[in-house]
Amino acid sequence: MNLATEYLGFALPHPFMVGASPMVDDLSMVRRLEDAGAAAIVMRSLYEEQLTGEQMATMHFLESPANSFAEAATYLPQPRDFALGPDEYLNQLRKVREAVSIPVIGSLNGVTPGGWLSCARLIEEAGAHAVELNLYGLPTDPAEDAWTIERQGVELVREVVEKVRIPVAVKLSPFYSAFANFARQLDAAGARGLVLFNRFFQADIDPENLDVQHQLHLSESSELTLRLRWLAIVSGRVRASLAVTGGVHDSLDAVKAVMAGAHAVQMVSALLRHGPERLRVVREGFARWLEEHEYESVAQMRGNMSLLRCPDPRTFERLHYIQTLQSWQDFL
Amino acid sequence: MIRHTATVDGNEAVASVAHRTNEVIAIYPITPSSPMGELADAWSAEGRRNIWDSVPEIVEMQSEGGAAGAVHGALQGGALTTTFTASQGLLLMIPNLYKIAGELMPCCMHVAARSIATHALSIFGDHSDAMAVRQTGMALLASNSVQEAQDFACIGQAATLRALVPILHFFDGFRTSHEIATIDLLDDDDLRFMLDEELVAAHRRRALTPERPVIRGTSQNPDVFFQAREVANPYYERFPRILQETMDRFAGRTGRAYRLFDYAGHPEAERVVVLMGSGAETVEETVRWLVERGERVGVLKVRLYRPFAVDAFLAALPRTTRMIAALDRTKEPGAVGDPLYLDVVAALREGWRQVHGTDEPQVAGGRYGLASKEFTPAMVRSVFDDLATPAPRRRFTVGIVDDVTHLSLPWDPAFSIESDDTVRAVFWGLGSDGTVGANKNTIKIIGEDAGLQAQGYFVYDSKKAGAVTVSHLRFGPRPIRAPYLIGQASFVACHQFDFLERFDVLEAAAPGATLLLNAPCPPDEVWGRLPREVQETILEKRLTLYAIDAFAVATEAGLGGRINTIMQTCFFAISGVLPVDDAITRIKEAIRHSYGRSGPVVVERNFAAVDRALDSLHRIAVPGGVTSTRGRPPVVPREAPDFVQRVTSVILEGKGDLLPVSAFPVDGTWPVGTSRWEKRNLASHIPVWDPAICIQCNWCSLVCPHAAIRAKVYDSAQLAGAPAGFRSTTWRGPDLKGQAYTIQVAPEDCTGCNLCVTVCPAKDKSNPRHKAIDMTPQRPIRERERTSYRFFLELPEADRSEIRRLNAKGSQLLQPLFEYSGACAGCGETPYLKLLTQLFGDRLVIANATGCSSIYGGNLPTTPYTVNAAGRGPAWANSLFEDNAEFGLGIRLAIDAQSREARRLVGDLAGVIGADLATDILGADQRDEAQLAAQRTRVAELKRRLAPLGAGPASRLRDVADLLVRRSVWLVGGDGWAYDIGYGGLDHVLAQDRDVNILVLDTEVYSNTGGQQSKATPLGAAAKYAIAGKATPKKDLGMEAMSYGQAYVARVALGADMNQVVKAFVEAESFPGPSLIIAYSPCIAHGYDLRYGVQQQDLAVKSGVWPLYRFDPRRIREHQPPLQLDSAEPSLPVHAYQRNETRFRMAEKLDPVRFRRLAERAEQDAARRYAVYRYLAGMMVPTEDREPDQPQAAQVPAAQEV
Repeated sequence: MNLATEYLGFALPHPFMVGASPMVDDLSMVRRLEDAGAAAIVMRSLYEEQLTGEQMATMHFLESPANSFAEAATYLPQPRDFALGPDEYLNQLRKVREAVSIPVIGSLNGVTPGGWLSCARLIEEAGAHAVELNLYGLPTDPAEDAWTIERQGVELVREVVEKVRIPVAVKLSPFYSAFANFARQLDAAGARGLVLFNRFFQADIDPENLDVQHQLHLSESSELTLRLRWLAIVSGRVRASLAVTGGVHDSLDAVKAVMAGAHAVQMVSALLRHGPERLRVVREGFARWLEEHEYESVAQMRGNMSLLRCPDPRTFERLHYIQTLQSWQDFL
Repeated sequence: MIRHTATVDGNEAVASVAHRTNEVIAIYPITPSSPMGELADAWSAEGRRNIWDSVPEIVEMQSEGGAAGAVHGALQGGALTTTFTASQGLLLMIPNLYKIAGELMPCCMHVAARSIATHALSIFGDHSDAMAVRQTGMALLASNSVQEAQDFACIGQAATLRALVPILHFFDGFRTSHEIATIDLLDDDDLRFMLDEELVAAHRRRALTPERPVIRGTSQNPDVFFQAREVANPYYERFPRILQETMDRFAGRTGRAYRLFDYAGHPEAERVVVLMGSGAETVEETVRWLVERGERVGVLKVRLYRPFAVDAFLAALPRTTRMIAALDRTKEPGAVGDPLYLDVVAALREGWRQVHGTDEPQVAGGRYGLASKEFTPAMVRSVFDDLATPAPRRRFTVGIVDDVTHLSLPWDPAFSIESDDTVRAVFWGLGSDGTVGANKNTIKIIGEDAGLQAQGYFVYDSKKAGAVTVSHLRFGPRPIRAPYLIGQASFVACHQFDFLERFDVLEAAAPGATLLLNAPCPPDEVWGRLPREVQETILEKRLTLYAIDAFAVATEAGLGGRINTIMQTCFFAISGVLPVDDAITRIKEAIRHSYGRSGPVVVERNFAAVDRALDSLHRIAVPGGVTSTRGRPPVVPREAPDFVQRVTSVILEGKGDLLPVSAFPVDGTWPVGTSRWEKRNLASHIPVWDPAICIQCNWCSLVCPHAAIRAKVYDSAQLAGAPAGFRSTTWRGPDLKGQAYTIQVAPEDCTGCNLCVTVCPAKDKSNPRHKAIDMTPQRPIRERERTSYRFFLELPEADRSEIRRLNAKGSQLLQPLFEYSGACAGCGETPYLKLLTQLFGDRLVIANATGCSSIYGGNLPTTPYTVNAAGRGPAWANSLFEDNAEFGLGIRLAIDAQSREARRLVGDLAGVIGADLATDILGADQRDEAQLAAQRTRVAELKRRLAPLGAGPASRLRDVADLLVRRSVWLVGGDGWAYDIGYGGLDHVLAQDRDVNILVLDTEVYSNTGGQQSKATPLGAAAKYAIAGKATPKKDLGMEAMSYGQAYVARVALGADMNQVVKAFVEAESFPGPSLIIAYSPCIAHGYDLRYGVQQQDLAVKSGVWPLYRFDPRRIREHQPPLQLDSAEPSLPVHAYQRNETRFRMAEKLDPVRFRRLAERAEQDAARRYAVYRYLAGMMVPTEDREPDQPQAAQVPAAQEV
């Protein structure tokens, strides 16, 4: 069975890779992931906002009390080696790069155009094989229109693509008014891969304390359907390779994702829940399924259920919606 | 040979040489020497090597006594060893100094000379400490400037190796230790040139070694001790020669020549001043000025004070000398004269006639400069002028106005000798705005890059929140030898506009000077906003005025209130010291250097601010006349007491130097309750209360570090005279239910720390963003809230007897008798102290260890302990750092002795005062407020009955009758005291059975001296002397105290369980033996926004890092386990707590792998500790059937009142 695939220009032995997660913080875990057969690994996201916040806060806490009092010019040590910034992230990236022989993809969540660019360069310099731009911001300002947001995103990607030599993937949220068009714009801007879709901390309400809480739940297979639909819609319409992330928990999930058009399958929640060896289990199950169904290769299967190739695209586009509604009526 | 220059302060100059020429450095932090140890530690931590290519061992000890012991041991072990200290620290070293000298151990230690605590503590510089060890056998070597301090550190090390006499090298604390100056640096080759390897080897060969065993430190008897003490005389006799040879060798290498006694001045001087230390620089410059004007004067600078080389001294003085003023920077009360004076007199007597063949000069003894008191050319001139009179004073002081013993010489403050080619700039700033930091960079830019000579000295007020800083900077083409503040500045900058209303900012401005203001308004409004006095001075002195709205620029650049680099840019633009473009380039380099560790974002934002600064800088046209009608408000309100008006207000205005001797109490006793008269208006935003939402928990009041938000319950009839805007609601608490209730902020005392708002649990149900307390801009409501607060204070306090539920809520209805201290905004210590005064304040005696709590508790000009309407309140005293437990025990012993005497007299006089009253007094229970009030009434009645009885026992009883009311003695201090330097005493007091209460405000570092690690520092936390994160766990002080089984012990954290804190305080106080409370105290040294201090405490408890418990031996008799665990099993990972604090984050950043290991150990430690406590909390202690012995204190009748 030929499971080989290509993602961001990398020839991978199979589509299964590790999505952005804290698992990369632990090098022994990273090695276990490689041992489990991960085809590539995505670093956890470097958050520009967090970097900025920490730097400004540290300046405040180190500098504000300094030189204020005769008995103490400072209140914390001032080691020469201590410098805030993305160093920890980049060092870990280097270590992961050294620890494994599979492609390592840096992940970046920026806020400012300059921040995106400088961090992407640093990630490249640290040895990442590729960089995944996590394009997500909450457009809470009612004065900001969809066109502006999309244009900024495309410009950003174009700028990063021009300034770094490594492939650039763009991880997207589903909340774009014209997603297919936006995906094509990103494709035109030079994105070598599109990753569908990111998951973020969600705000929850604490009714007792009248407070807002942030939480992140691990994904479930039920979240896959949203991704399947948009993979299917985009597949074959962009040059960029496609990755699915969020909702792949077993081999059948993976089969569906590839059928919808995914070149790569990113897994996180299943690995966090069951351990890195889960990746091997899913991969082997995936291969078995293909064999049982007499597929010769992944390439043969990829995109066979996309909008361009599925038996009845109109059914795929519309009836799917109606059927779902009808299925709900069964419970009424 | 190429010589490198640098601008460094004295501490760094000395530490650099010491670190490169020693192998072991044992230290303990004490101001102003702490930076030497910190630098040495930092250098070793980063692997910097000495001239033998090894990294010196740095060890922080538990006290200076411990450091001296370690130095002694290391010397015996054959290592080149040194230490740094000052003041009390040096006193603690004295026993070992005798030993080190007695054993001829070569060593050169360094002292940033500082005053010794007498009537008061002072951190500032004089020679009291160095003079207090002149009898130990240490050679005393004095340097007078930053350059000399560096040079003498080298000369001392070289000379001691040759002479074997150990050397104490001292230089003036602050004036030299903290002055930044341009100096020629000694490089490693210089040091190698000076240090003879053979002598180093000889030192090693004297080490204790089993290969060549010897015995040292024998005990000797009357037959031999005396002779053996004399046998070392030749070493002292040849020491001066060896030192001079070493100085000569140094001169040959560097060109800087020194002599044992350096004379400067007219070769045929008639009047000569003899002195040592930085003041000698001032005298020399003044002498030069006077000689140029024809006066025959000179100065003799004493380099080597011990051994005192009489021949060299006599030879150095011009033969023409007729009058000598020996100036001492120390005071020896009751002596014939101060030390240097006596040495000068004796030396002249011994040899002048033989050397010079003429009559001895007359000698006057003068005292100057105690605790860094200014010593200026004007004062020097007054000394020379007095020597020129027909009858010079034999004893005098200079620099003060002594209207009591009339010793002081007058001087002309307008006299100046400073040359016109020196730029003199004075900058007024707030500590938090970064003014000093930027000025330090400015000095480096000018001193190192521009090739000019530079000098910087910084003056701070004593507040930790909202500290005022004044920077004094000089630049010029020639070496600057002016160790005194600038009196005639060519440039004055005021970085905080409000200062113009509080201080005489322009006092130091010379005529024609430039004034730069940070003004929060458009340029055309600046002039109109100036107070009348400022306008008058600008016109009178013809000042050129510039202004910038630096806060606006900083805000645009995303820097918050950090305006320092903006103002720095403006200084360079206006002053013209450097071309502006050059200056900006160098400012940016300095920014990269200073803020690089904070990250590129910080650097970039500062760059942006610098780039925007010049566009916002405006020259302000000065009109022809004064236009303002608004004058500076009085420093203190007119209703302030006389003492505050006469003394405190003068100090507050920054003019304390003008106060005459008679203004001061003779014994260091000061009135309390003065902080209320100092209104600093620090907060831009203050809390405002919404009674409609408030749930009346009083948490805001409990956590407030400054008693600036208070709760009060009172009769609603009192509201009749309430001012407009005063808020009130009905109190719903169980005690005093139905009365009126108000939460009120002290608008001018609040520091804006936000703790109260963060902790407030009450939210508006429709708009939860709005809480019962919200922060609101202060300016618009200042007047309204000031009026409300005044009315609030006048409302009667609740009857203490009526507040029966002493918990977090109830305790806050009691009047705080600790208010508006100068502690940091968000301080974690002060809420505990405030609570202490609320619970027991009117019968409270506090022994306070030196540290943060003694600074915000007792540093002039104003102090926070105050009194209630009856005039009662905490009595407070600070003895030392190391002895506070013993000091507090002594206070208890005195109270016990006198209360026992009072009870005896009551019994004896029962027939006179009435048997019923006597019985009631002696049998009174004094456990609660009602009982205490009843006893106070009885004592009042007792005094009334005693009044007519005259002398004898009745009179004695009158004197001690107040002690019939139970007193509460508290021993307060930080972890540096309790865990380290004072631990021996604390342990001893816990082993006694006296009724004392110990409150440890545990910030887990030496906070006051700048965050050095203590044994309370937790595993993994970065602190000074533990830069990479402390590798050993925190000492479990509570467990050690529990091991006695007879002491009450509690561990508390206000942010985690407020009620448990109050409970522990009440239980500890009621326990009739020693009690220990260890209180978690968030501190700025932890590196996070202290508004979240409450949450961090909660996380510390939930992660198991700080378990809460109470150990009460009284429970044993009730067949209960004495230990009660008050916090649940750890439910969060330790990392959840650590990740919010820079002290842990720094360690993580420096070495993530090591930190992870430490963090894992911290996690295990937390689990282990909790398991042990849980085990103990389930453990019953066997009791005997009979009642256990009463603690001794309880046998004292007074103590049975519990």
